[in-house]
Amino acid sequence: MTVREIPRIVSARWDTDDAHTLRGYLATGGYEGLRKALSMAPADVVAEVTGATVQGRGGAGFPAGNKWKFLDDKGFPRWIVVNGDESEPGTYKDRIIMERDPHMVIEGALITAYACKASQVFLYVRGEMALAQERIATALNDAYAADYIGKKILDTEWSVDVTLHWGAGAYIVGDETALLESLEGNRGMPRPKPPFFPAALGLYLQPTIVNNVETLSNVPWIMVNGAEAFAAIGSEKSNGTRLIAVSGHVNRPGTYEVECGVVTFRDLLYDASLGGGIRGGRDLKAFIPGGGSSPWFFEEHLDLPLEASVVGPAGSMLGSGAVVAMDDTTDMVRACWRLVRFYAKESCGKCTPCREGTAWLETILARILDGHGRPEDLALLVDVGDNISPGPFPGPSIEPGGAPFAPFPYKKTTICDLGPSVVSPLMSALRRFRHEFEAYIASGVGPEVIASA
Amino acid sequence: MPDDTASDDTASDDTASDDTASDDTASDDTASDDTASDDTTAAPTESAAEPEVSEHDTAAVAVATEEQNEPSPPPGIPLTIDGKQIFAEKGELVIAAAERNGVHIPRFCYHPRLRSVGMCRMCLVDVDTGRGPVLSPACLIECGENMVVETQSVKARKAQDGVLEFLLINHPLDCPVCDKGGECPLQDNTVAFGPGESRMVEEKRHREKPIALSNLVLLDRERCILCDRCTRFADEVAGDPLINFVFRGVDTEINTFPDHPFASYFSGNTVQLCPVGALTAAPYRFKARPWDLDSVDSTCTTCAVGCRIAVQSSGTQLTRYLGLDDDAVNHSWLCDKGRFSYEAVNSPDRVPAPMVRKNGQLVEVSWSEAIAAAASGLKQARERSGGSGVGVIGGARLANEDAFAWARLADDALGTANVDCQMDDGLPAEVVLGLPRATIEDACNAPVVVLLAPDLKEELPVLFLRLRGALTAGRTKLVELTPASTSLTALAELSLGYRPGEAGLVARAITDGGASSDIGPVPASAIDAARAALAAPGAVVVLGRPSLAESADSVADAARALALLPGVRFLSALRRGNVHGALAAGLRPSAGGLDTGGMLRAAASGKLAGLVLLGADPLTDVPDRRLAQSGLAGAGFTVAVDTFLTESVAGADVILPAAAFAERPGTTTNIEGRVSPLGQKLTPPGVAWPDWMIAVELATALGTDLGFESLDDLRAAAKSTGGFSGLTGAPVEPPVGSESGAPRVDAYALRLVAGRGLYDLGVTVQKSPSMAGLVRPVSLRANPRDLARLGVTTGGRVRVTGPHASFAIDVVADEGVPLGSAFVPANVGVDDARSLIDAGSPVTDVRIENL
Repeated sequence: MTVREIPRIVSARWDTDDAHTLRGYLATGGYEGLRKALSMAPADVVAEVTGATVQGRGGAGFPAGNKWKFLDDKGFPRWIVVNGDESEPGTYKDRIIMERDPHMVIEGALITAYACKASQVFLYVRGEMALAQERIATALNDAYAADYIGKKILDTEWSVDVTLHWGAGAYIVGDETALLESLEGNRGMPRPKPPFFPAALGLYLQPTIVNNVETLSNVPWIMVNGAEAFAAIGSEKSNGTRLIAVSGHVNRPGTYEVECGVVTFRDLLYDASLGGGIRGGRDLKAFIPGGGSSPWFFEEHLDLPLEASVVGPAGSMLGSGAVVAMDDTTDMVRACWRLVRFYAKESCGKCTPCREGTAWLETILARILDGHGRPEDLALLVDVGDNISPGPFPGPSIEPGGAPFAPFPYKKTTICDLGPSVVSPLMSALRRFRHEFEAYIASGVGPEVIASA
Repeated sequence: MPDDTASDDTASDDTASDDTASDDTASDDTASDDTASDDTTAAPTESAAEPEVSEHDTAAVAVATEEQNEPSPPPGIPLTIDGKQIFAEKGELVIAAAERNGVHIPRFCYHPRLRSVGMCRMCLVDVDTGRGPVLSPACLIECGENMVVETQSVKARKAQDGVLEFLLINHPLDCPVCDKGGECPLQDNTVAFGPGESRMVEEKRHREKPIALSNLVLLDRERCILCDRCTRFADEVAGDPLINFVFRGVDTEINTFPDHPFASYFSGNTVQLCPVGALTAAPYRFKARPWDLDSVDSTCTTCAVGCRIAVQSSGTQLTRYLGLDDDAVNHSWLCDKGRFSYEAVNSPDRVPAPMVRKNGQLVEVSWSEAIAAAASGLKQARERSGGSGVGVIGGARLANEDAFAWARLADDALGTANVDCQMDDGLPAEVVLGLPRATIEDACNAPVVVLLAPDLKEELPVLFLRLRGALTAGRTKLVELTPASTSLTALAELSLGYRPGEAGLVARAITDGGASSDIGPVPASAIDAARAALAAPGAVVVLGRPSLAESADSVADAARALALLPGVRFLSALRRGNVHGALAAGLRPSAGGLDTGGMLRAAASGKLAGLVLLGADPLTDVPDRRLAQSGLAGAGFTVAVDTFLTESVAGADVILPAAAFAERPGTTTNIEGRVSPLGQKLTPPGVAWPDWMIAVELATALGTDLGFESLDDLRAAAKSTGGFSGLTGAPVEPPVGSESGAPRVDAYALRLVAGRGLYDLGVTVQKSPSMAGLVRPVSLRANPRDLARLGVTTGGRVRVTGPHASFAIDVVADEGVPLGSAFVPANVGVDDARSLIDAGSPVTDVRIENL
């Protein structure tokens, strides 16, 4: 077992009943990180966070400090946007942070704003998260009243404002550029990159940093405990901890804070303190390692650590920190259709391959499930998928830094990554469980399993 | 390969901004009259077309020679497209550079006049910037040094084929009954790149088809490929963001917001932009197939902007106009009034044959009888009262050649100085012709534009688009001198809402540099701010008649004052079709002659024994309707040359049917003085003649040989007297200081501001069935504080009382109307501003009271 005792960083206050209140937060060391940061030069704060290597926890995994450095040569005003529009299937970690520890998110955002010399923070909270919205709103009011936000914060010369914005219920707004469009009051549709990289042309075309809720939640701890302490946790390449939402056919579904790069998928699913094993002692058939848009993993991948540079070459990604287990009762065609349908429904409709392709794939899969499949449909599914996300699946790709990462960023004919996301479950299921598709097509009914996906 | 095609595009931009110093010399001798057979537009201010070299150009040549000794600079950014080395300009998109070099990359959403969005994904190509080929949309990637682009690689072809298949799976393929069939990019790309048959066996997406987005534009959502062109145009170019995407995923569609139709003056452009048959124009639907259409390039004369258009016909009917992409003028855009005005040409109500009044009744007669009747009537009138008892009103709707012939007729055969192509709604000819001129492009690039003109969106819509584009792009700034807010006020740096009659005072206060004081509703601080904004040399004044209820003298006074600004130039904002060409050709009062207002007054008192209405409808167009009515009633023998039996024409003694737009060749002159060709597409209906031919025959019957009997002879004669480009006059004198200003408004009255709407009661709109119903109801707009002060209930009906009339009218509170003024539209209803205006007074005051 590779699960060892580690300091809890982002879930530290989850066991405290009143941690979401300002009093409860202050009683547990709250806003000490901000005080520390305000005593340092902004560049030193950036250096400290860069030294800690906080890989982005939203899905793309880009280190936070390095992202902030993009602003170095950019103009003013600049803005910080907190991406709380968590909606990847299987992912429910940011919601819990915002519900249980809203001040930590705010403190992380404030430190980031100070480090990046930003004058305004925008907190974008997903529309469906009612409790999170309420608690974040209360926390903001309390923090304003207690002088943690506003003019001349904590008797320094530094001022910042925080604006809370509630989404209206669109998965695609989790994409940072679509989120910016939504914040501006437009339809949530992604912007093409290039040219609209947020650090250069972000909110209202000003330099903007968009960070995930969990990513920023690490920042106060790093300020208090230092980059070295953070780097001491996790593996050499992946520092710190991360929250993983474990769900599906496990005995103990839940959100767990685990050590980056050390804990394996087997630990996550089977350790008694984590997933606690597959329900009813059944066999694992497949699992989703990083949220609905990641290619599926199987039995042979269980001993891989939660390390991007290992998971990537193995053919998937850590994504948004959601592991979904599927046991041997799962109807893989139906499971695949279920995910494809999600993406087809959530496609924003902006670019052609995603708008038309995802819906077409969904209708083909639905037709197969209805018993009207044709033998040539399997080749058609593959080719339509290929027209959305071209190349061998999962295609090898190279991160700008040189380290091999796969399959992110996706190869795609689309503007954003929603289109290729539909190809992950499709190709995963088709490649491994082709016989189940063929059984549907041959008999008009599924294989001998209980449709429980 | 050097970019020879690009030089066309860029050259006009460069010269337009370069030759500011050489305007005066340029406008003399360019744009000769033989451009009619030529497809290019002659710009009098473009030094490229100028045979002589001005001082300014000599300097440029010298620099160029020096540079030749240096190692020649690289011809641009080098890159490779499909194995061919090309050179791109800085910031040029791959798709544009490829096109310029003969490589066509398929596209749907990309349009050179709109912001790139990269949505359709049809232009995916392999782009290698040194890190290996990556599929990228060619409409978003700027050309980079040593970039390698493969538009036909296996990967790119597969992606393009895939996108096309995606676009087609839910497309209804109803090409046989689709208006776009035959000129459809989706059809063409499918033939060029698409698969032979569909792999989709499921039911296609269905929608009710079509739905009306407005009175003029219909949307078939099944055909729509969601390229965002119409929505981008509406938002970015027209500033009418009334259509948008609704729903999402495969259910996404274009629609209007509930209860807000796509009522844009520019909605027709979306039909032309649509790359499929999704958007269709109500007047064109099911009228023709593209391969049946004949086309000729021409210039729109609905207003004076001079938009370049393709006039298309099927059989003996005009079927549509399309905007041509002209860098200097209209950027391919048209307003709806211009685009759909062909319906009036097709109207069954056209005057088919000459008519003479016999025993009080108009009777159709032969041309010879009608010409003889007209000649004898006019001859008698002249004999009775001399040349001063005969007048010619109108001519702004004629081609330059027609205007030239009629000016000669008035001069030589009628011997009268009473000639005016303006309808008492313009500016003195010497002001229009005598001020230094600017082009539209000059205005768009000027450090600051001064608007002393009516709402351009209502009167010169495409000039509004061009200025709006320049303002939103930050290329220029706007200072308005306006008696009521305009469609550009929201984009203006400063808007000085002056009281009618005080334009001259405000302009002089800006230019004279003394200490400022408040002038009516204009605070001293605004005058100081305007003075500061206009300190930099090179401002362009857009000059028209801001309000029909304010005398031209006040505006001319203001123009003279603004002419003192350093390096200032003027862009005319007179509206009527070829008013500038007609003024230049001589259809203006010569020494001692009367203008239209003067002629009508003379006629009313029985001093005008003979009157020629040259495509003129004073009852509709003259701002003071009482004056028009009494003038026409009192006029003696009246000859009307027109295309329709308007109310004014119906009272004439002889009616001569004229050829309309697209029925005769010629040239027209726009607000810039740019001379552009008019194409002939149809033969005139019945026995109608071109106006110049009528002039020649009438002159002969009057015993005068004008010296030409063909268009060629006429042009030669015109050339010998300076051609059609002569928008020049004696320099305008500075204002002479009458400091009195306008009479005071009494405490219970409001000063009238009157302006036209795009859709009005003129024949062009009224004889076009699609537009006749679009005239907006009459209402009175006034400042809410004035309404409160006068105790008037807003949102209801009030009684408005002018010097000669009193009627009920809807009242609307509008912060854009300065305190003390009231705006009433003209030419939109039976009772409108024309009933209130008193042309005999420099301004008109009205009172309003609850009914």
